[in-house]
Amino acid sequence: MAVGLWKWIDTRMPTLGAEWRKHAAEYYAPKNFNFWYFFGSLALLVLVVQIVSGIFLTMNYKPDANLAFGSVEYIMRDVPGGWIIRYIHSTGASAFFIVVYLHMFRALLYGSHKEPRELVWIFGMLIYLTLMGEAFFGYLLPWGQMSYWGAQVIVNLFGAVPFIGPDLALWIRGDYVISDATLNRFFALHVIALPLVLLGLVVAHLLALHDVGSNNPDGVDAKKLKGPDGHYLDAIPFHPYYTVKDLVGAVVFLAIFCFVMFFTPEMGGYFLEANNFIPADPLKTPPHIAPVWYFTPYYSILRAVPPLFHSQFPGVVAMGVAVVIFFFLPWLDRSPVKSIRYRGPNFKTALALFVVVFLILGYLGTEPTTVWGQFTFDAFFLDTRDIATWVARLCTIVYFLFFFLMPWYTARDKVKPVPQRVTYHA
Amino acid sequence: MNEHDKFDPKLNKTRRNLVMATSVVGGAAAVGAAVPFVVSLWPSERARAAGAPVEVDISKLAPGELGIFEWRGKPVWVLKRTPEMLQGVKADDPIVSDPKSEVPQQPEYAKNEYRSIKPDVLVLIGVCTHLGCSPKEMPASAKAEMGADWHGGFYCPCHGSKFDFAGRVIKGSPAPTNLEVPPYTFLSDSTVVIGEDEKTKGA
Repeated sequence: MAVGLWKWIDTRMPTLGAEWRKHAAEYYAPKNFNFWYFFGSLALLVLVVQIVSGIFLTMNYKPDANLAFGSVEYIMRDVPGGWIIRYIHSTGASAFFIVVYLHMFRALLYGSHKEPRELVWIFGMLIYLTLMGEAFFGYLLPWGQMSYWGAQVIVNLFGAVPFIGPDLALWIRGDYVISDATLNRFFALHVIALPLVLLGLVVAHLLALHDVGSNNPDGVDAKKLKGPDGHYLDAIPFHPYYTVKDLVGAVVFLAIFCFVMFFTPEMGGYFLEANNFIPADPLKTPPHIAPVWYFTPYYSILRAVPPLFHSQFPGVVAMGVAVVIFFFLPWLDRSPVKSIRYRGPNFKTALALFVVVFLILGYLGTEPTTVWGQFTFDAFFLDTRDIATWVARLCTIVYFLFFFLMPWYTARDKVKPVPQRVTYHA
Repeated sequence: MNEHDKFDPKLNKTRRNLVMATSVVGGAAAVGAAVPFVVSLWPSERARAAGAPVEVDISKLAPGELGIFEWRGKPVWVLKRTPEMLQGVKADDPIVSDPKSEVPQQPEYAKNEYRSIKPDVLVLIGVCTHLGCSPKEMPASAKAEMGADWHGGFYCPCHGSKFDFAGRVIKGSPAPTNLEVPPYTFLSDSTVVIGEDEKTKGA
């Protein structure tokens, strides 16, 4: 019966079967994928979770400055199952960034950004940028104090652009301050414009990947060698081998996800900030403003750069460059090998340092600049005595050196010989 | 010369030119069609109308008291400064980055030592010039948090910018310029109109 039905469809629309074979049943992936390779499929899973929970949230949410905050509380208290849908969506937002950051780190570890996968990397970066926009627009919607003042800060970043800045910020807000007009347009961007872009980019990311094939922890070409039977020696069909593997990852991930959602959906203020349970008040800034954790490394960089010539534009530029520079990674990296397993001490040290400063910057971004106290001495070069600001400045320099010196230190690295075939590390 | 031209000895130039001309016209139409969408994002007529001046009564403010009013959806501060506060402003001259208010963050009539028409009445837009948060008042007694040379002023909780009681930015703050003084006039000793002065009336 089922076979007959499939035959009926296949004769009328052979594309379906052809695409299934191309992207799953006969898509050959390296057989040595490890833990780090869970995060691509998990990102796809979170995307589906966000779209589904988001659709149901819009059924009760009101994009109106007078009603928005109340409608979110209504969802939390009065809509049957509303609280769980909202916590799915808010936990999903943070989960998305955790998964994407780990997915990007995997690329750095194994050189997945390198030739011939530059386009895969670029589409991935575009997804990351779109995701940041999606998170930012979505964060305004509950219309709490953090929503409001966070949006105020980010929109004013555009106001720092020389000459056109103030007009640009006015155009983005649609009013002289963040207001109902802003809320309404952010809602439109969050629920329809950016999700469409995101879906398109995900398709492009996967198509580009499947054209060149997946990288692997050894960074060698898994489809180079075929056995006497005509099968690849080092690659296996994605389905069923990796669909099953990814299912295991999905189950573990969802278990952790549910734990967070049920027991600590605010994650101590990192996933949902306490101030956002207070309705937006344009006349009163909360005493401590911090973006949600996934933006804090860049936020720290913004704060670390002092103003020049009575303009905060340099800080804004530094923050923008800190994000955009990732696009150039495939060309900055001059190492002859891909995987960290065969790279030399230069890259390993640089990557370790980068991870450390990224985490420090991320932490500092969640705290006020006075968190580590102040230097007790004075000197002419100390424009501020906040210790945390100086640490953030040091980390910002290391952050940029990781990229700017990369062509130099990767080309001079003592790399190890790369094997012909993939290996297994227990 | 592209691949196609090389293998096509009898290139139909008329056809190619027509294709190009059509593309250019089509492109222009696409740009034109984008215009209504782009302009729809500007503030609406209603939002513009809400930017009208407001009258505030300052007779109830005690010396040293800060009144917060709303104009164009932004907080506007009116501070009745005490003689001690004014002395603090004078003493801050060496530690502020623009003591003479050279950067045009105020109307001409407020470009003076105290950045105001009357020394005791300070009118400021309470929005940090860094990234738009609203700073909070910190009295001169908050020396423990703000440092020994603090004479009172405003502190921005977002990124730690400091301003004195004339809204002048203290050196080392992320904020690049002094707080903005809005256009304002005195209708009487007790009433200030915010958002309107001789200049804006004519406009």
